[in-house]
Amino acid sequence: MTPGGTPGAPGVVVVTGVGRYLGAHVAARLAADPRIERVIGVDPTTPGPEFTDLLDRVERVRLDLGSLAGLLADLDVDAVVHLALVSAPDPQHGGRTAMKEQNVIGTMQLLAACQRAPRLRKLVVRSSTAAYGASFRDPAVFTEETEPREVPRGGFGRDILDIEGYVRGFRRRRPDVTATVLRFAPFIGSTADTTLTRYFSQPFVPTVFGRDPRLQFVHFDDALEVLHRSIAEDHPGTYNVAGPGVLSLSQAIRRAGRVAVPVLEPGLSGAAALARNLGFGRYGLDQVDLFVHGRVVDTSRLEQEYGFTPRSTAAAFDDFIRAHHGGVVLTRDTLAAAEQLVMESIRQVRSAVQERS
Amino acid sequence: MSRSDERPEGRYDVPLTVAGPDAQPARRNGHRRTTKAAAPAPAARDEPDTSATDEPVRAPATADGPDPADRHPDEVPGRDVPVGSGADEPEPVAAIDESPTGGSPEGPAVPDRAGDHWDRKVAAGLAFLRRRLAGEYEVDEFGFDPELTDAVFHPLLRRLYRDWFRTEVTGLEHVPVQGAGLVVGNHSGTVALDAMILSTALHDQHPGHRYLRLLGADLVFRMPVVSEIARKTGGTVACNPDAERLLGGGELVGVFPEGFKGIGKLYSDRYKLQRFGRGGFVSAALRTGTPIVPVAIVGGEEIYPMLADIKPLARLLKLPYFPVTPTFPWLGPLGMVPLPSKWLIEFCPPIPTAHLTDSADDPLVVFNLADQVRETIQHTLHKLLERRPDPFGP
Repeated sequence: MTPGGTPGAPGVVVVTGVGRYLGAHVAARLAADPRIERVIGVDPTTPGPEFTDLLDRVERVRLDLGSLAGLLADLDVDAVVHLALVSAPDPQHGGRTAMKEQNVIGTMQLLAACQRAPRLRKLVVRSSTAAYGASFRDPAVFTEETEPREVPRGGFGRDILDIEGYVRGFRRRRPDVTATVLRFAPFIGSTADTTLTRYFSQPFVPTVFGRDPRLQFVHFDDALEVLHRSIAEDHPGTYNVAGPGVLSLSQAIRRAGRVAVPVLEPGLSGAAALARNLGFGRYGLDQVDLFVHGRVVDTSRLEQEYGFTPRSTAAAFDDFIRAHHGGVVLTRDTLAAAEQLVMESIRQVRSAVQERS
Repeated sequence: MSRSDERPEGRYDVPLTVAGPDAQPARRNGHRRTTKAAAPAPAARDEPDTSATDEPVRAPATADGPDPADRHPDEVPGRDVPVGSGADEPEPVAAIDESPTGGSPEGPAVPDRAGDHWDRKVAAGLAFLRRRLAGEYEVDEFGFDPELTDAVFHPLLRRLYRDWFRTEVTGLEHVPVQGAGLVVGNHSGTVALDAMILSTALHDQHPGHRYLRLLGADLVFRMPVVSEIARKTGGTVACNPDAERLLGGGELVGVFPEGFKGIGKLYSDRYKLQRFGRGGFVSAALRTGTPIVPVAIVGGEEIYPMLADIKPLARLLKLPYFPVTPTFPWLGPLGMVPLPSKWLIEFCPPIPTAHLTDSADDPLVVFNLADQVRETIQHTLHKLLERRPDPFGP
């Protein structure tokens, strides 16, 4: 799957955040690559039981990101993949404070450790298209050069801006390290479980009244592929990773056979805050902003540099629909049947009228 | 949908030559002063439209599904049977045309042909509804939804364009049939109806049936509902990255550099072009080497003649202006009905920019070009106004 015999393939790779879905899968995939000698998974907590099978070839270390420096030096680590980001506050694990602690402080500590690791050659950081913020004056399509016009309201967006700022500083201090920043569109796929997949799994989906944002997704498997190539090959720079093409939110909801429930925007922000305080639902201002403004990125730089095109947003979403057909309110078959029914009844009425006359 | 579907089949054969500079008066408008080409032009314009609606003509081409539903209802079949036998209509079609209402001898086996026609319409309408409800349509990265635009927005605008404003278009040959073009117009009318009428003109009258991708102020995209209508009909925020991306993709982009200064001016300042901003549209055209097509639009100023601007109220509502017209706000919602002025649209010869690609950042070149465009539009406006002494004339 990746071009073989690349000289860039590192010997020892550290993956952070293996206790989570993305980290576990990336670590497992790197461990399966024969070019990579050792894969060390780092996470402050023990990975959940669902990942035990996945991680059997990965050496696991229970470690805070703050005490990573010793590990990097002792094990002669060549590459670090930083995936330990929290995209939404989890009230059971400290809420927004813990999220910021992990995202911002964790990244700072990791980069500080990387800076002092003499043999480090490669750093791959997971970022997000939330780095572009959300504003009414934004261009329709973001390229990697687009600067955010306003600091995002949502916590995750602000964290992402901070993280990218630290990586820029790291690049200046360690120009010998190949640093790759991957700005991922929201993940979707048949097995991934994210805020957005939970959102689209509900039978009735709240949307913002009068807004039909343009959305892009990246299929989880394509995200894995891009992360794998970033480690096995050399791709310095910042890249948007998203499925080409666009789905509007209403279109996505209809394709999933769900029913949209438009809510006035101030009401939605309030409801999001309330739900957060009550401890259910993990929708924050990040999601509200996404559902007001939408977010579309240009992926031509990724396609050129990696020689790889992720499957389109529509195809990725189709894969998600196929895996989540429970809770569907309105299927295509129902619609087609209704169409047939109307046509048939018209025909019958007409023939009845003709017979009478 | 309808138009784009028809193009490949060649049933929409407007001869390119007929779209002459001052031909093409709108349907039954009879603008008296442009006596030239009065007779052949309307025929050429009317004919394809109705031949597509006219049921017998459609009979050989029933395969193309969704068409009939989007035909719009004011086109009575048979209304222009005499026109149908015109010169550039293919012979066999004209022959079928002879018997539009009576029992057609060579028709399909089903006896009730009128009913069939409506059947197809209903079927197509249902299919359209099903596709919409199932999400089986495409939007581009700017949010443009061609199917919805063709099926809903253009038929509505066409009524306004043809029957209410009696729009006459000239100079369509200056707009490229394919490939990128930047259409730059004067802005007027308190509500930016002129942009929509311009896009209807290009989609209906231009041989390439082009979609005009409008660049709108960010205020448009700040408003719920309005922002989504703007995106679905092909609009996007007026900024250089978007303009260059659209032009780079070979689209026809429409821009009104006056912005709110243009639409929000008082009636006493009508047809006086306002300042052209920083000329960002020129640098976008220069960077992509796109020809600039200036367009003068007469008629927009009279639809909502703005007598006064209540500035404190505008500030309160965070709007660029708060208009007072003879009907608004006095008549309430009735004041929203535009006055039926007579519209003339003239496209001017394109200004090539391909040789200036390197000077996109040269302010002197940019300002000179912007000035040239501005002068051209102002000059053409005066010319058109002479042709239309009575703003509410026929």
